[in-house]
Amino acid sequence: MTLDRRGFLKLAATGTAVAAGSLAAAEAGASTGASAHDAANAFGVLVDTTLCIGCRKCEWGCNQANDLPKRERADFDDKTVLETHRRPDVTAFTVVNRVAAPPEVRQAAFAKIQCMHCVHPACASACIVGALRKQPEGPVTYDAWKCIGCRYCMVACPFQIPAYEYSRALEPRVMKCSFCFDRIVKEGRQPSCIENCPEEALTFGRRDDLRALAHAKIAANPDRYLDHIYGESEVGGTSWMYLAGVDFARADLPPLDNQAPPVLTETIQHGVFKNFVPPVALYGLLGLVMLSHRRRDGETGEEE
Amino acid sequence: MSGHHAAPVRTPFLTRGSAAVLAVALIGIAVYLSRMLLGLGRFTNLTDQWPWGIWIAIDVATGVALAAGGFTSAALVYIFGRERFHPLVRPALLTAALGYTFVVIGLLADLGRWYNVWHPMLPSMWQGNSVLFEVGMCVMVYLCVLYIEFVPIVVERFKGKVALRGALAGLNRPLEGILRLADATLSRFIWVFIIAGVVLSCLHQSSLGTLMLIAPAKMSPIWFTPVMPALFLMSAIAVGFPMIIFESMIASRSFGRPAEMHLLSGLARMIPFLLGVYALAKVADLTLRDAWPHVFAGGAQSTMFLIELIGGVLLPLALASMERIRRSPAGLFVTATLIVLGVALNRINVFLVAYRPPFTETTYAPAIFEILLTSGLIATLVLVYRAAVLVFPVIPAPESAPAEHLSRVNVPVRIAPAAAGVFQPTDGTES
Repeated sequence: MTLDRRGFLKLAATGTAVAAGSLAAAEAGASTGASAHDAANAFGVLVDTTLCIGCRKCEWGCNQANDLPKRERADFDDKTVLETHRRPDVTAFTVVNRVAAPPEVRQAAFAKIQCMHCVHPACASACIVGALRKQPEGPVTYDAWKCIGCRYCMVACPFQIPAYEYSRALEPRVMKCSFCFDRIVKEGRQPSCIENCPEEALTFGRRDDLRALAHAKIAANPDRYLDHIYGESEVGGTSWMYLAGVDFARADLPPLDNQAPPVLTETIQHGVFKNFVPPVALYGLLGLVMLSHRRRDGETGEEE
Repeated sequence: MSGHHAAPVRTPFLTRGSAAVLAVALIGIAVYLSRMLLGLGRFTNLTDQWPWGIWIAIDVATGVALAAGGFTSAALVYIFGRERFHPLVRPALLTAALGYTFVVIGLLADLGRWYNVWHPMLPSMWQGNSVLFEVGMCVMVYLCVLYIEFVPIVVERFKGKVALRGALAGLNRPLEGILRLADATLSRFIWVFIIAGVVLSCLHQSSLGTLMLIAPAKMSPIWFTPVMPALFLMSAIAVGFPMIIFESMIASRSFGRPAEMHLLSGLARMIPFLLGVYALAKVADLTLRDAWPHVFAGGAQSTMFLIELIGGVLLPLALASMERIRRSPAGLFVTATLIVLGVALNRINVFLVAYRPPFTETTYAPAIFEILLTSGLIATLVLVYRAAVLVFPVIPAPESAPAEHLSRVNVPVRIAPAAAGVFQPTDGTES
């Protein structure tokens, strides 16, 4: 089990880790009895925007680990890009932005954005061929081979994350962070961005442990953090969760409902097709109406 | 009994008007082929913020809605037994068959990997949670149903008259056999497909309205409502007859015939009820959701909604409620056109105007190539329709002219008794 040691050590240093540690241990213990890959036990990341210094090393790590246009390390030393608001695109699965903060907030810092790997992802629910999939380990992965390029996932994503290779004539792909799926699941390593973070602003671990950690951090430093873990319940929860000292919307984390978007569409969808009863019932009803008119008119040649 | 029969229209394919349409079509086809080879980026203004543009909003969403004349007329005549409207079924069926064909052609242009369009048919890739999957499967099956429903028209036109020459002459007997077999089976089982077509239409017309519900945070509260699928179905049903009227009156004018007012006015009598149900549902939905403040908040979205509601629903509803308007060709045409445009605008509003991504860095306006491709597809559809009604017995023969004289000189066609009784009840008036 890839428990998050760094996070807990850090927490211990604050001297308030006891309660949180036991809570995390209790929750982790409780969930080991269930499926090894149930949602609570899946991997997640806690992003502490108050610790981020905007060094862009995560961007560099992402660039190196993924099938992206390769760039020099020196490119990522350029801090002037932080002056403009950026979004992930087909060349970068993650970007760091300066969090515009009011002057009285000292802790306003930087926020890394990437795919949030929702617990109940709208993109995967939308995908017509199941190219986007929520893996039991947490990542939302993309299988380009299945994709037909309809871009409904991009319409569906509440965080506006997937980018599209419009300029490619053949085999254009949906481009987004894969949570370094192969790396964390097959190699047992941490995502590349996290391995490259020098400030421990990014904490990798089991989602439930991270929730406990985040609550403990807030409890330990109520002045530093807003009393809210972004992604704990937004859109039904996300694998990547955020702590911040200023309004999350400033860090490109929009206010969202706690209901996962697919709940509405899937309820409608499965209601209409419940065991195919409604369509078959409609068919039967229309058939009866048709029959009644034929009987009455006796003209529409069944006998011909 | 209607005492009518459909016949191929005798008129030259190319006129000055259709030549102009042909020019638009050819440009569109050139853009289409280029886009398929060179990718989306060069031809569209689509971005990561605006992944869907007019090819989805107009070619697909509006295309499906405006093809609703097919299932509404089939339901009216075959299921609800309103036989007098029988002459309107074939044109509506042809419109639907062509409309859905062009929906698929248009959708292909929008797919980044159009060559993978068959993937959703593979059971290994079925994704039952996807609204788009359901829409796609329903549209595909419905398209097959529409073609099957069209077979009796082909049978009527060619059965007993297959006379290929030269090297193809050997195919005459097999083709004749296929037509006879189709005639024998379909005349007995066509009802299966007619009901299936109505059920499939109800399913995917409503599901198109579920599509955008996956993005609640990006949708304007003016349009976003959990009952959007119901509103989409109601509006599809409401636009079916107006679309038939709109198209019939244009066809009549194009072929130099008087409008079939006796039928169309009768059809229009149902509009106040069908459109009224939609209008009532729309207004009630806004009221129950307390969404009126958004409607009157000003801005582009408010304006577009008010145009849609007043110009596309309430005004034509008022017009259609007046018998005097329904009986006047000009009044009826204006009314039907307003409803058609209103539903088209609703689809454009839902898929484009209502959509506001959270991190908007650009706005979307269609690129010139997007417009050329869309207009090219519409022009091509119009031309294929024109060609089809010149070849097949689709449009009712003018009452004044004896049917024999309408058959084309070079292809001797006798107006045969209907191949499938359901499609054309024989009434003994055939020559």
